[in-house]
Amino acid sequence: MTSGKVISVNGNMVRAEVDGDVSLNEVAYVIVGDQRLKSEVIRVRANTVEVQVFERTRGVGIGDQVEFTGEMLSVELGPGLLTQIYDGLQNPLPKLAEKHGFFLKSGVYLDPLPRESKWQFTPKASVGDTVERADTLGIVPEGVFEHQIMVPFSFYGTYKVKSIVDAGEYTVDDTIAEIEDEEGTVHKLTMIFDWPVKRSIDAYEERLKPTEPMITKIRLIDGFIPVARGGTYCIPGPFGAGKTVLQQITSRNAEVDIVVIAACGERAGEVVETLKEFPELIDPRTGRTLMERTVIIANTSSMPVAAREASVYTAVTIAEYYRQMGLHVLLLADSTSRWAQAMREMSGRLEEIPGEEAFPAYLESVIAAFYERAGVVRMRDGSLGSVTIGGTVSPAGGNFEEPVTQATLKVVGAFHGLSRARSDARKYPAIHPLESWSKYESSLDHAKQTYAQEILFKGNEVSQMMKVVGEEGTSLNDYIVFLKSDLIDSVYLQQDSFDPVDASVSVERQRHIFDVIFDIISAEYDLKEKEEARNYFNQLRQKFIDYNGTEWDSTEFHEQEKDIRETFEKRKTGVDEEAEYLLQKQESDRG
Amino acid sequence: MRKVYSKIESIEGNVISVHAEGIRNEDLAVVTSRHGESLAQVIRLDGDQVFLQVFSGGRGVSTGDELRFLGHPMQVSFSDNLLGRIFTGSGVPRDNGPELTENLIEIAGPSVNPAKRIIPRNMIRTGIPMIDVFNSLVESQKLPIFSLSGEPYNPLLARIAMQAEVDLIILGGMGLKYDDYLFFRDTLEEGGALSRTIFFVHTASDPVVESLMVPDLALAVAENFALNGKKVLVLLSDMTNFSDALKEISITMEQVPSNRGYPGDLYSQLASRYEKAVDFEGAGSITILAATTMPGDDVTHPIPDNTGYITEGQYYLRNERIEPFGSLSRLKQMVNKKTRSDHRPLMDGMIRIYAAYKESMEKKSMGFRMSDWDNKLLKYGTIFEREMMDLTVNIPLEKALDKGWQILAECFTPEETGLRSELINEYWPKEAIESEKQGEGES
Repeated sequence: MTSGKVISVNGNMVRAEVDGDVSLNEVAYVIVGDQRLKSEVIRVRANTVEVQVFERTRGVGIGDQVEFTGEMLSVELGPGLLTQIYDGLQNPLPKLAEKHGFFLKSGVYLDPLPRESKWQFTPKASVGDTVERADTLGIVPEGVFEHQIMVPFSFYGTYKVKSIVDAGEYTVDDTIAEIEDEEGTVHKLTMIFDWPVKRSIDAYEERLKPTEPMITKIRLIDGFIPVARGGTYCIPGPFGAGKTVLQQITSRNAEVDIVVIAACGERAGEVVETLKEFPELIDPRTGRTLMERTVIIANTSSMPVAAREASVYTAVTIAEYYRQMGLHVLLLADSTSRWAQAMREMSGRLEEIPGEEAFPAYLESVIAAFYERAGVVRMRDGSLGSVTIGGTVSPAGGNFEEPVTQATLKVVGAFHGLSRARSDARKYPAIHPLESWSKYESSLDHAKQTYAQEILFKGNEVSQMMKVVGEEGTSLNDYIVFLKSDLIDSVYLQQDSFDPVDASVSVERQRHIFDVIFDIISAEYDLKEKEEARNYFNQLRQKFIDYNGTEWDSTEFHEQEKDIRETFEKRKTGVDEEAEYLLQKQESDRG
Repeated sequence: MRKVYSKIESIEGNVISVHAEGIRNEDLAVVTSRHGESLAQVIRLDGDQVFLQVFSGGRGVSTGDELRFLGHPMQVSFSDNLLGRIFTGSGVPRDNGPELTENLIEIAGPSVNPAKRIIPRNMIRTGIPMIDVFNSLVESQKLPIFSLSGEPYNPLLARIAMQAEVDLIILGGMGLKYDDYLFFRDTLEEGGALSRTIFFVHTASDPVVESLMVPDLALAVAENFALNGKKVLVLLSDMTNFSDALKEISITMEQVPSNRGYPGDLYSQLASRYEKAVDFEGAGSITILAATTMPGDDVTHPIPDNTGYITEGQYYLRNERIEPFGSLSRLKQMVNKKTRSDHRPLMDGMIRIYAAYKESMEKKSMGFRMSDWDNKLLKYGTIFEREMMDLTVNIPLEKALDKGWQILAECFTPEETGLRSELINEYWPKEAIESEKQGEGES
């Protein structure tokens, strides 16, 4: 094994002189007294190697030993990942707390997966079968899922199954199968294997275009700026606009199988809320706790900076692993800006020529490569799996014209821009409906949604104009457009996050109430005065808010709907031509 | 006996370098020059060249001065003897008391394991209605006070220190004006709080590097008291000076600046201090209040901006009042449901009406005619600002809530407040109802 000696220390960058071969991104340990500090090789120049240390470098001295492992920075994959809380390097934090108490002890690395747990293994492959990497050898139940025990992804080529154990209970270290490669070498396999975090898991047949919606149960997102399974989206916003709250709510309600949360460089207190609440909250889809479908990677702001970068990769690799089993996985990264800042710190220490705002020149390509790990894929057995990535961005000063936001916007499929003005006005979610966009298909009727979007846009124009000319200078027609757009905003785009019904809305209900909204906004009314119009729409709004609070499909729900329809039928005189045109056009396009 | 080095190779700003062997990163050394002794800390190693940051600054250091390595990183003594004492940013007594050397502890230690943290649950009462009622301070919270340079943020901190229900106060001063330092000392002494206070004070005339140590010293001591079961309140003033010191050092070290000259790791540097705020299950806690002056009243300036992303809300100090808009305690929901049943609705209701008052003020200043409703709002706004927002108001939470109802009753009828009827029945001042009835009877 190659070893070296420390020749310089600058923050968490250590330079070492080595006596043999090293590879980029290989793991090394800097040995300080009885501590072994995990590090990663980030630059090699002749026999001088620069490593970034994932721990604090207090106490490192010139001449200290450095050991190179020959292995890339990897995660351990196998049953038992769900419900875990890891740091950026896949150290299980609760276990660490049991051993070392309140504080994170540096240089301690525990087994990511529990060694003592037994798993009920059922073989799926038989002796004599020909297998390739990622083929299923057997299954173990993990919560509500059938966790597939696969041929390790690094086993390229074809193998013959020489032996496989009978159904029974095994630990992750027990040999469950032996396979023979083309040269006749026999490999013993257990239920776990490693995979390097910075390489995408590509053991699938083909990558498909994301088309299926990923329902978040937030009306504004699902209807107007949707996210597709296997797609990507970003949430930039100034502090206090509600990025983290939005992600926490998505992590609860999103209709996916598994959620991986990467808390990267943010407040520890926010992770604690998730940690303490998820084991108590029941997932309505499975009847089990939310924790059973969740993996948390917590590398919060005061934890070592270099491990922040590793944390997002650790998270995405775990997500890809579960995708390989034909599951739909959502990865939430909060915040990608902190990860970019970690890169900036390291780039500065390497004395690289800085790009904009001192971020490294490769910032864009690294961000692009990360989001590109999302996707829907078809496995060799025909099953589909997906990884959806949603990342928050924390732009300096809340200004989106900064390198991380801009680099992210280039590669994502949807942009959910948070607005300080909307959050100050206590509008939830505080996503700006006009500035945000999505390239994915909405769950709503296309023509109707386009029409609603137009009303929102026109309403905004009118309201801007009203600020200058006042209500008196606005025509009645314009004023009604403004009232319509305000109605869409207040009863459809906004939700009451404290109301148990309105906080998360199923897609059936979204479609249903959107039809009601559409009928209201596409109608023409017999209203003579602005005052009258305002009172009328206020009345509709109040009824609609009560409607939003009623249980789906209940008697009250239908009664409230009837009341709303009666109220608007009374004043309706016809339908807006533009709306009719859009609906007819859609009809004829389909025909 | 440790080796003494007498050949300083380079002196750039506050950073010196020597050739030395067997030195470890972040070790301390003592530089002896003709101006006296100063501590220095290893900040970078390159071969046998060792770079050190001199706490008293590079000015006056000669290439021939002596340098003695101590073989350990920065430490501070921790015991009850610290109580009532005043130290500099190097941890040296400032109060003519004896130097403390027993039970030395490491500063800037590792961070708390997130799995060991708990959800905050206890309110810290301060007697300031704008905090207690509208944005409650919570044990283990970290909150900055964003203010303009001229605002009375130090008197505010001193008042909170005197009145907050905590066991121990640790004041970290960075770039404090000497007057302000004396003000803190005298106020706490007069208030009888000195015996439960520890000062780490770097004044504006002290060497810049020393200010960098202040938060770490204060928080290391706080952490150990908290582990021993004490509720500690750490006051830092002013974190803008701390950040500016970081900027100065990083530029001297030829680091590439990221935004307006500040180093790229400003966020991590601030976070590693603020994240020391914690509630230890089964022991004590650390709560941090930090004055942060906003250069040019600009909240998008890198210091308040990065701070806002780290802390759990902020208090805006403007026109000698804590602004109700913009100020936010992110943790208030954790505690204000347990105080009194009218706390939350009254808090929201009063602010909503105050926002309406602001709109009326705007209309008035534009020359629009004032309706009866506007006039009621104007009356309310004036009383609210005088009896609630004024920083001299000093009443416990319950009294402040009662006062809130009184103000509402003085200005409005119950229906006009938009508060739920059952609350009105329970809390609306009885005399007001009586006098209203009488008024009706007379007319």
